[in-house]
Amino acid sequence: MNVLKDLLRDLRFRFAFLIVLILIVLTVLSFFSPYNPYRWNLVPRDLPPKWPHVLGTTSMGQDVFWILTFAVRNSLTVSLLAGFISRIIAIVIGMIAGYKGGKTDKILMFMSDSFLIIPLFLIIVLFATMMRARMTLVTLGLLLGLFGWAWDARVIRSQILSLRERDFTYTAILSGSGTFSIIFKEYMPFVIPLVFATFIGNMSWAIGMEIVLAILGVSNLEIPTIGTMLQWAINYQAMLLGYWWWISTPVVTAVLLFIALYLLSVSISEYLDPRMRIQRIGRK
Amino acid sequence: MNFVKRYLLPRLFIYFLVIFVGITMVFIIPRLLPIDPIQQLIGQISSRGTYLDPKTLNNLIDTLKELYGLKGSLWQQYCSFWRRFLGGDFGPSYYQFPVPVISLIKQSLPWTIGLLLTTTIISWILGNIFGALAAYFSNRRWVKVIDIIAMIIRPMPYYILALSLLMLFAYIFPIFPLGGGYLIGGQIKFGLQTILTLLKYAFLPAMSLILIGFFTWFQAMKLVVQTVKSEDFVTYANIGGVTQARIVNKYIIRNAMLPQITGLALSLGQIFSGSLITEIVFSYPGLGTLLYNAIFTGDYNLLMGITVISIFVITTSILLIDLLYPLFDPRVRYR
Repeated sequence: MNVLKDLLRDLRFRFAFLIVLILIVLTVLSFFSPYNPYRWNLVPRDLPPKWPHVLGTTSMGQDVFWILTFAVRNSLTVSLLAGFISRIIAIVIGMIAGYKGGKTDKILMFMSDSFLIIPLFLIIVLFATMMRARMTLVTLGLLLGLFGWAWDARVIRSQILSLRERDFTYTAILSGSGTFSIIFKEYMPFVIPLVFATFIGNMSWAIGMEIVLAILGVSNLEIPTIGTMLQWAINYQAMLLGYWWWISTPVVTAVLLFIALYLLSVSISEYLDPRMRIQRIGRK
Repeated sequence: MNFVKRYLLPRLFIYFLVIFVGITMVFIIPRLLPIDPIQQLIGQISSRGTYLDPKTLNNLIDTLKELYGLKGSLWQQYCSFWRRFLGGDFGPSYYQFPVPVISLIKQSLPWTIGLLLTTTIISWILGNIFGALAAYFSNRRWVKVIDIIAMIIRPMPYYILALSLLMLFAYIFPIFPLGGGYLIGGQIKFGLQTILTLLKYAFLPAMSLILIGFFTWFQAMKLVVQTVKSEDFVTYANIGGVTQARIVNKYIIRNAMLPQITGLALSLGQIFSGSLITEIVFSYPGLGTLLYNAIFTGDYNLLMGITVISIFVITTSILLIDLLYPLFDPRVRYR
């Protein structure tokens, strides 16, 4: 709680925190939605924002506000899932490579380098095309998670490499600690902040990928996400017909979400870097 | 000799290994796609009302399989794929049969390279200059303004930025054309008029790329210079009376350039996949548009051709940068 209090002193963090709270409220609201997001023509079409349709309605006869609650929920689910999966892979690979060193390190880093070098975007698009009709939120999250770990594994490895050279490692080894207990008891506390910082970055990457896949039309367009909302709006020429409320809702939500995630990661990593923290406290 | 053995050979080995892994992946993945290009083509032919009796049909399938490189077991296909690839032949495109893939790529490549190479380099140079300046004069007002703009533009999804530029300058204020690379049916000749038209069509896509790129480089450079500026050796040089200009040129810039040069190499490699969204939004003729069509028609050969070339360019640029490192950074020695 003290950490949160410290972080809330930062204006950028407060702003990002507020947006995240609003998005969480939207997510919760989706469970109380009066409309089924998979049904069309439940409300009159193309209404401008007016009570009871706060954000207007779409050309498919759906209420923009309630669709948005589902879209936010689903986009967040995908990105959280992708973040968790890629975090697990990144931690395991980064830690093993950093701690074991030698041949294991070389092989694992070759793997992650290949992932960094090969045009993954093309390959993700290919996979998505392949599974287009069968794509669910879980498979999308899995797909993005399986491809998004390489850079973060490198970051964690470099942290472990520097920890391994410190005295406490030798003390632990000499006093008979096993590999697992060194990794989990001694190294984890150092790695956790890194995991958090990269987690946010990865989430924002996953949401961006989701939007791009939806716009290319290679994700399952029936599931409402921020990407598919945009895709529908563009497909139905919302901009040309002047239904600004329909296209601007996902655009504004996406922009706010990306800015919030970015500010969160900046302000958290500044908080974690003690040199920066002293600067900030000194300034106040 | 030590240099060749301990520096050059391992890097060359990794280089070839990455190309091998990448190309193998590229070979396998399209074959997992549920789209059968031969059935698709036959469907096209019969939908035009042509009747095919079973014997002709079988003959046709056989011929097409051979042409498409789909004949034999997976292993045989793989071997013949490597053979063809080493000979620089990617086979015919299915989408625009029988045009060879390599000539389709040759048509689109100049557009993509022209657009992305220039924008990447322009935004890199501008971003680095302004980033370095901003790190020095971090208390000036213009630095704070750029910082705030960067904070908004940088995290914005590129697609949305591009779309809003298009809406703003093509619909609301119709200054620039809605899309395309050149006047429809226009002749490309050497002359001032042609160049002006080309620039007019390229302006909006270029603008969107430069905007995103500039702020990315700007922030990275600013961060690096700030870190280097507070390192001990800079303080020491200051106390020792080394002139400010010398500190900046010889100490700080040289140290800060290394990650930036690595970044440039990586982003030059991303030209191929990075062009996809730009070219779709602005309907610019180039590799991105070609790729988009290839994905939708299940055009294996075209997809493989583009991806293989992209793997080749990325790995080569990284190898070159790796070999050139010691020239830029005094800290790196050939070990």
